Amino acid sequence: MGLFDKLKKGLQKTKQLLYTDVRDLLKEGELLDESHLERFEAAMIQTDMGVVASQEIVEELREKHKGRTVVIDEIWDTVKTKLKELLEGDDSSTWDENDPLSPLNLAESGPTVILVAGVNGVGKTTSISKLAKLAQSCGKKVVLAAGDTFRAAAVAQLTMWSERLGCAIVTQPSGSDPASVAHIGCERVLETNADILIIDTAGRLQTQKNLMDELHKIYRVIGNKIPGGPHESLLVMDATTGQNGISQAKNFSEIIDCTGIILAKLDGTAKGGVVVAIRQSMGIPVKYIGVGEQVDDIAMFKPDEFVERLFEE
Amino acid sequence: MFDGFSDGLNKAFAFIDRGKLTESNIREGMRQVKQSMLEADVNYDVTQDFIAKVTEKAVGDKVLKSLKPSEHIVGIVYEELTALMGGKVDSSLHLKTEGITILMMCGLQGSGKTTTCGKLARMLKEEGWNPMLVAADLQRPAAIEQLRQVGGQIDVPVYTEDPAKSSPVQVCKNGLKAAKKAGDIKVLILDTAGRLHIDDELMGELELIDKKLQPDQALLVCDAMTGQDAVNSAKVFNEALELDGVILTKLDGDTRGGAALSVKAVTGVPIKYIGVGEKLDALEEFHPDRMAQRILGGGDMATLLEKAQREFDADEMLVQQEKMSKGEFTLADFRSQMSQIKKLGSMRSIMKMIPGMGGMADLDPDVDPEAEMKRVEGIIDSMTPFERKHPDKIDRNRRNRIAKGCGQDPSDINNMLKQFNSMASMMKNMSGMGVKDRMKAMKEMTQDGGPMGAGSKGREKQRSKRGPLDSAAAKEKKKKQRKVASKARKKNKKKRN
Ligand SMILES: Nc1nc2c(ncn2[C@@H]2O[C@H](COP(=O)(O)OP(=O)(O)OP(=O)(O)O)[C@@H](O)[C@H]2O)c(=O)[nH]1
Ligand SMILES: [Mg+2]
Repeated sequence: MGLFDKLKKGLQKTKQLLYTDVRDLLKEGELLDESHLERFEAAMIQTDMGVVASQEIVEELREKHKGRTVVIDEIWDTVKTKLKELLEGDDSSTWDENDPLSPLNLAESGPTVILVAGVNGVGKTTSISKLAKLAQSCGKKVVLAAGDTFRAAAVAQLTMWSERLGCAIVTQPSGSDPASVAHIGCERVLETNADILIIDTAGRLQTQKNLMDELHKIYRVIGNKIPGGPHESLLVMDATTGQNGISQAKNFSEIIDCTGIILAKLDGTAKGGVVVAIRQSMGIPVKYIGVGEQVDDIAMFKPDEFVERLFEE
Repeated sequence: MFDGFSDGLNKAFAFIDRGKLTESNIREGMRQVKQSMLEADVNYDVTQDFIAKVTEKAVGDKVLKSLKPSEHIVGIVYEELTALMGGKVDSSLHLKTEGITILMMCGLQGSGKTTTCGKLARMLKEEGWNPMLVAADLQRPAAIEQLRQVGGQIDVPVYTEDPAKSSPVQVCKNGLKAAKKAGDIKVLILDTAGRLHIDDELMGELELIDKKLQPDQALLVCDAMTGQDAVNSAKVFNEALELDGVILTKLDGDTRGGAALSVKAVTGVPIKYIGVGEKLDALEEFHPDRMAQRILGGGDMATLLEKAQREFDADEMLVQQEKMSKGEFTLADFRSQMSQIKKLGSMRSIMKMIPGMGGMADLDPDVDPEAEMKRVEGIIDSMTPFERKHPDKIDRNRRNRIAKGCGQDPSDINNMLKQFNSMASMMKNMSGMGVKDRMKAMKEMTQDGGPMGAGSKGREKQRSKRGPLDSAAAKEKKKKQRKVASKARKKNKKKRN
């Protein structure tokens, strides 16, 4: 299924809702003035991209179009180009549309380890299952590690997914040291000659020092066991997240050196614009998006489509 | 939690204070207020309204002529902030003394419903209401198991059914039957599955539960880290269910929590409780006035006092305060005081509530006061009762043994003892001071490393020393607290009836 098709389908039932298409803010042939720009800024802010990025775009519009007659396509073009520039950053890594694993940095030899972290309830465990399915569909042998030994029934949750997917899982009783789960996971993936190990972790707030230390220990254990690992440290972020997303990205990156973001729950009305600010200030790219609760509801991130959606009704 | 926001406000008003107050620099100040509100995730429209209102009031003659215009403006911002968050909130759940009160929890995926169910159940149980939980999330893998474990932790019954053979409506109906049958259940809490507000099918299901069960309170659980979308989902849930209240979760992080400001302003539904931690006791009543004070850096003494009242063993405190003033405070007392303090919750969150100490909580973000406290506890726990009473008798042999016992370095033990000694003597001295001097002394102590060392150790001690009043004052305070508590009890009774 096409990447954002699902999204679009999902959004069709939301006709009654709430956003106005940015393009409706203007009429062809009007003069673009400050009040237009202000409405533009409001629309940007409502995507959660934050004041700085919003103002940057408005500034661009002001420079290029203020006082001139509105040609909607041109203005839209300016916005899109600027946003894509912000989202793509300066690394020109291009992903292969036909290879769903192409955003990932896979190990050149031996198994690839993917560590998944994020604040509470953002969609880590679900995203892991989606990612596992994606990898399986590319012929990879996957092992899951149930590293959330804290939350009630978290191990059971991932175990149920592994059963549905038919992939291997390592678990320890709840309350165990999550670093030891990671360790055992590394051993298992080596022993069984599997290709990819994905490690779940308990949700934690980026301000909880002791829990962030715990996460760092997991990170270190992986590197000790499998050189070069973790090859991906993915931060899962909830698309409804506001400006706190910046603090999340910053603090998690300090601990596990985030290589990418999975932006979950984009099937709602939230726009997830905070990833623009994150990309802009920290360079961390979004790699996948989550668009539903089912295991197939995952898609590779595409700046083009994301930008379209930012201002879609 | 609102730090960044108050920083922004402070900056804005410092700006106003610098020059002569004119209409144009009021507007500049307000522009900065606006920016910090948006950065705090306050909804755009709500922000616009707020700014317009405050600017209008501030530009009025009265402010321009008042002696301290910036203070005047802060006053206006404070009032408006409070009003925006709902003025005085009724955080009562309006429990019925007759029959079973049904609370229905709902919200987006991952907002914290199940944990909040557990927190509410724990709170109600503590207040003497007999709650039962119903696992109506048949959607997410292991959600039922999660609620079952949460119920087990607080010893509250959980009604569950096999998800393959049931439906959410059926579980709720049967849960009510089971509660009636059990006889002594007073409150039934329905944990529904997380859902998107635009998922018509699942919203329909929720409306069906609402229709069939007729819950007394429909509560929306909302993540405090939510951005501009918070009002969208809250609006739709409110339209579907006529919400009675909102519970805002995950406020223990560094989110500026603009959602708190927005949701009430847009939906009119009051925020009743806030979640401030993962543990099941981390639930507090929401007070807009206190929150607004906190935004303005005024501290939140009232919340702290209320918490202290609930959790501190008052008699124990009194004994210790007497000991302190006589200089008989031992390590054993210190240890027991620490566990009292621990009941209060996160150090950092407590610290922020004390006027003038908000800044101290931010002194060294790298130090974890809880971990530091645990370390000290570990040391004291490895001592014999004799050693706790006579720290001066701890020689090198004893020190090495203690170090081994708690897995720390002998020099750590030494440091801790030194810190304790100077702290104990400081406490003795301070017991004669008035509140203001005591505050000052504490502040000085924490600033120059203080008797419990720099950074977190200083902070920690400052916590443990919050109480050294002289005994007469302490008795007086206790009397007052009792009065307040009994008044509150009466008031609650009235509310419930
Ligand atoms: N609509 C939607 N829901 C999602 C998506 N991803 C996850 N969810 C739901 O969000 C909820 C939380 O997901 P989890 O995967 O348990 O989140 P988590 O981060 O592992 O949570 P904790 O381990 O409790 O911190 C579940 O109800 C998921 O079904 C998504 O892309 N869209
Ligand atoms: Mg999880």
